[in-house]
Amino acid sequence: MTEIVKLSPSAKPLMQRIDWVKAAPFVYTIALFLAWELLVLALAMPQTVLPAPTRVFQAVVQYWSPIWKNSLQTLYTTTLGFIIAVVAGLAIGLFIGWSKTIYAGLYPLMVGFNAIPKVALVPILVIWFGIGTVPAVLTAFLISFFPIVVNVATGLATIEPETEDVLRALGARKMDIMLKVGIPRSMPYFFGSLKIAITLAFVGSVVSETVASNYGLGNMMSSAQSQFNVPLVFAGLLMLAVEGIAMYALMAWVEKRMTGWAHRSTMAN
Amino acid sequence: MTPLVSIENVDMRYGGAAGTLAVSNLNLKVAKGEFAAVVGPSGCGKSTLMKLVTGLQIPQAGDVIVAEKQVTKPVSIVGMAFQNPTMLPWRTTLENILLPLEIVEKHRHRLRANKKQYVAKAEKLLEIVGLGGFGGKFPWQLSGGMQQRANLCRALIHEPELLMLDEPFGALDAFTREELWCVIRDLHAAQGVTIILVTHDLREAVFLADRIFVMSARPGRVIRDREVPFARPRELEIMYEKGFNDMVQALHGEIAKARVAA
Repeated sequence: MTEIVKLSPSAKPLMQRIDWVKAAPFVYTIALFLAWELLVLALAMPQTVLPAPTRVFQAVVQYWSPIWKNSLQTLYTTTLGFIIAVVAGLAIGLFIGWSKTIYAGLYPLMVGFNAIPKVALVPILVIWFGIGTVPAVLTAFLISFFPIVVNVATGLATIEPETEDVLRALGARKMDIMLKVGIPRSMPYFFGSLKIAITLAFVGSVVSETVASNYGLGNMMSSAQSQFNVPLVFAGLLMLAVEGIAMYALMAWVEKRMTGWAHRSTMAN
Repeated sequence: MTPLVSIENVDMRYGGAAGTLAVSNLNLKVAKGEFAAVVGPSGCGKSTLMKLVTGLQIPQAGDVIVAEKQVTKPVSIVGMAFQNPTMLPWRTTLENILLPLEIVEKHRHRLRANKKQYVAKAEKLLEIVGLGGFGGKFPWQLSGGMQQRANLCRALIHEPELLMLDEPFGALDAFTREELWCVIRDLHAAQGVTIILVTHDLREAVFLADRIFVMSARPGRVIRDREVPFARPRELEIMYEKGFNDMVQALHGEIAKARVAA
């Protein structure tokens, strides 16, 4: 009996007590920074080419005030553009998914529009609105609304014909079917697309800030680059990564909260 | 007495004048309170028949008359159930069953004020099909057979005069299927509803129906109209009797012939 007591969980060695799946993201991140640091040391890289992570973290501390201000600015333009994209994307997606004719007519137009690199639109936006916040918000919006539209429209277009038959036989109008089936059904697609859209929104706002703004991380990085302040450039990238991960995690959380029924395998028990 | 469902010389063609002819010269009458089954080779237009009777499709030629009215738009006195239970996964089973009430003109304006009555009615139906107490579960927490029982409740909640069943038990195992046959049999006996059952399973058709229509291969028409002579209430044991098996065999032969003719 005493031997069994000895084998209770608290008596296990440290390595077995750690939940490695939960720890993995941190372990791998630390490993990446370590590998990077070692590579820079081994190749004796000058910091104007590839600064070591310790140097980048040092730059974050050193330039904290401008980094903080510009990070907030980028977060602001990105989030604003993203929110507009959510509202417009949801509306256009519902509109397109409403009827087969509208779907057939607008889909090629949307694809064509999406094929245009959004960076090419920034000069036009600058002509219209001047440099600064507005073109950054609009670029974030333009680049991120497409996946939302496509996903919402797809959710609506793939209603099971049997469900539709059951409801139509009861005298349901198009509006009834959309409200009762189409819209709830497209919600998992919609929330799933938010994760893609928020990442794209960062691309849009930073591109626009780099080309045409006096604020934001994009602008900060391009001016740091022109002064050969490479550690600051990397500090900007690091902040973008942190903001991107935070917003992605937020969207993933929202998705899980709003459409738990779509993750049925995890809820079945 | 005028029949509840009457289909006279109906032609239905999909996809314009050059499209496939799904049914041709279809004639069929089902009396009120009767349990009719439709059997036939695959692709004989059984699903088209469903759509014609419910008004989801309007035929190019001939008359479809349901409850003494020519069908020109979806008729709301029917309930439908398909092989795929099509429960909405974001609603609980009870909310799924109440869905038709949110649609049907007669009930939708009364639903909010009389919610309690309607919920009680849904729970009673659940009880009848053996799902008492499962109303709060989500459909994906139920087994296939339980989902199909809930599907029947949904088809019946608005007290339809006519119940259309399109192979509702096709995807179930043999024992569950027999259980549900008895559920349907008892529902038919208790509620006096008229039922049209489309099926591939000849034993199912003979066990449940008062009248069996055998359809030909495409373009579908009724080639045989058989009355089922066995007295009600029928027990599952009837399936081991000679008369029952003779009838199944005869039907089997007729359908085999119809397939060859195609």
